[in-house]
Amino acid sequence: MKIKVLGNRVADVKLRIYEPPRFFEGLLRGRHFTEAPDITARICGICPVAYQMSAIHAMEAACGVEVDGPIRDLRRLLYCGEWIESHVLHIAMLHAPDFLGYASALDMAKDHPETVTRALQLKKIGNGIVACVGGREIHPVNVRVGGFYRAPAKRDLLGLVPGLEAAHEIARDLLKWVSTFSFPDFETDAEFVALRHPDEYPFNEGRLVSTKGLDIPVADFEKHVIEEHVAHSNALHAHLAERGPYFVGPLARYNINFDRLPAGIRTQASDAGLGSTVKNPFKSIVVRAVEVLYAVEEALRIIRDYEPPVRPFVEVTPRPATGAGCTEAPRGILYHRYRLGPDGLIADARIVPPTSQNQKIIEDDLKRFVEAHLALPDDQLTLRCEQAIRNYDPCISCATHFLKLDVERE
Amino acid sequence: MKIGSHRTRRGADATRKPTLAVFKLASCDGCQLAILDCEDELLALSGAVEVANFAEASRAIQKGPYDISLVEGSVTTPHDAERIHEIRRQSRTLITIGACATAGGIQALRNFTDVAELARAVYASPDYLSTLSKSTPIVEHVFVDYQLRGCPIDKRQLLEVLTAFLHGRKPAVSTASVCLECKRRGTPCVMVAHGTPCLGPVTQAGCGAICPAYDRGCYACFGPAETANTASVATLWGAMGAAAPDLVRAFRTFNAAAEPFRRESELHERTPG
Repeated sequence: MKIKVLGNRVADVKLRIYEPPRFFEGLLRGRHFTEAPDITARICGICPVAYQMSAIHAMEAACGVEVDGPIRDLRRLLYCGEWIESHVLHIAMLHAPDFLGYASALDMAKDHPETVTRALQLKKIGNGIVACVGGREIHPVNVRVGGFYRAPAKRDLLGLVPGLEAAHEIARDLLKWVSTFSFPDFETDAEFVALRHPDEYPFNEGRLVSTKGLDIPVADFEKHVIEEHVAHSNALHAHLAERGPYFVGPLARYNINFDRLPAGIRTQASDAGLGSTVKNPFKSIVVRAVEVLYAVEEALRIIRDYEPPVRPFVEVTPRPATGAGCTEAPRGILYHRYRLGPDGLIADARIVPPTSQNQKIIEDDLKRFVEAHLALPDDQLTLRCEQAIRNYDPCISCATHFLKLDVERE
Repeated sequence: MKIGSHRTRRGADATRKPTLAVFKLASCDGCQLAILDCEDELLALSGAVEVANFAEASRAIQKGPYDISLVEGSVTTPHDAERIHEIRRQSRTLITIGACATAGGIQALRNFTDVAELARAVYASPDYLSTLSKSTPIVEHVFVDYQLRGCPIDKRQLLEVLTAFLHGRKPAVSTASVCLECKRRGTPCVMVAHGTPCLGPVTQAGCGAICPAYDRGCYACFGPAETANTASVATLWGAMGAAAPDLVRAFRTFNAAAEPFRRESELHERTPG
């Protein structure tokens, strides 16, 4: 990360991401439309379900297929598992150690063994859902365009219930615990963007809505979002046309969909000190804990009501058309768009992951945050910057652990 | 699983815990995540080894050399081609984890096409990029002590390999095919029973034969099994209706650059229609 300081003002912040490029959008050309969920899952081992979900929704949109009933519920259930697993990994293994001054969760475990052990247990229960519905935790094998290869039996899902009941208590305690952390006095007035569904907290469906008036169907995403390739990073930067940078992820989902959370969850959020709008990115850790609690309750509800579908998938016939899909990855909206040729092969693909959408906001946050803390020595400043970057749970969590801060003071 | 104590190879300090480092090159992070997914064993593991360098999990980074280094990802940039030599110099034992590190991964699909064209498909300014024309496994660059397969790796196999190296024994990892795992699991053959094309006969075991248990054919994420008869499987697939382009795609996924799969896919690329 490069920071340019002029006197007591930060002139410029550049977060350089040199993750080796892998050219997924190029590699997808010429692949069969049924292959997209398995191939794109490999973009991120931490949120493969998100990639599979966005891919299948885009393909189904292209082919004019809508999936409802138990298959739709199973998709939500699978997503619950990924949110729990990914959020708890981030909360307990990555972000909490920043707040409490530990280098890692393993160090934190020496002083807080019970908390870390229980968090690992909670994470495991999330992974258990993904393994049961998806076949395995990382890069699940059971998702296909149109549904699943095999629908789990009711008794398979009932086997998850005792774990989820235990998870409910752990998630409540986790929420209480993170709400006691001390949060820097810092707010953003960024435009928040998330999916909004008529009656659910969003996973797979809804319109793209912002806190400043944007309200568009997913298919219009590219009319409004502009991606730029900047010289200092291999991650593309996104912004809204004529509006500027925007903020995606748990905070955006929460701010836009607070009224879609069940009353009980809203009360627990309020007990944890959150209003209906949260503008402090450092409090994203608390919002993540709220979403974990929601995902646990939602998973229990889906399992209770589940009756296996007659067939685990609906037949999808490819046609030459373009389809877009956008779903809520743990770190925010993930957009896929595919153009199919007459042979069912992908002619063109576009993927916009949440981290590239947040990148401009992260740089803006860092600029203001660093400006307010210029008096800190560089090593302290580095730690604080890492913590601020992790507010966004970027897929580059690893990169931010060896954040090299380059401060040029003039 | 008991991870247990360790005899240090240097012998100078028998009480010193062996050090573990985890490195990432071009990859999805999934294989290192498998370490953190060992929820029940993680704290025991961190008791048995000193986690000295694991950027995904800790900001405390100790200098090498390390007793065991796990390397995830393939070499795709000039920078990583240099870096892997430095990692090797810092590692007493170097274990590659996953399909990217052992076979080049999904990004090795670039090996069959023009990388400049791929770059133009994704990036507005390909000139900003510094990338190699091929994605290559670690073993093409440095000596590797052990290669663990899978996209992603299986965490039970990972624990077995770590335990084995900590105790100075050979890992008990099967090189048989997925078919054996289906038989052991009691899963009826999806090719025989349902006519579903499956790569299980030519794919190394290790996943637990998950796909056939979920009513789909194996898609070879653990790479070629020892003595994989790819030609025979291709004939079976042909009888089930697969055309040459289908076979090319089937062999070109997450282990596309692994020798038997590369050879077989190129054979069908030359076959008309």
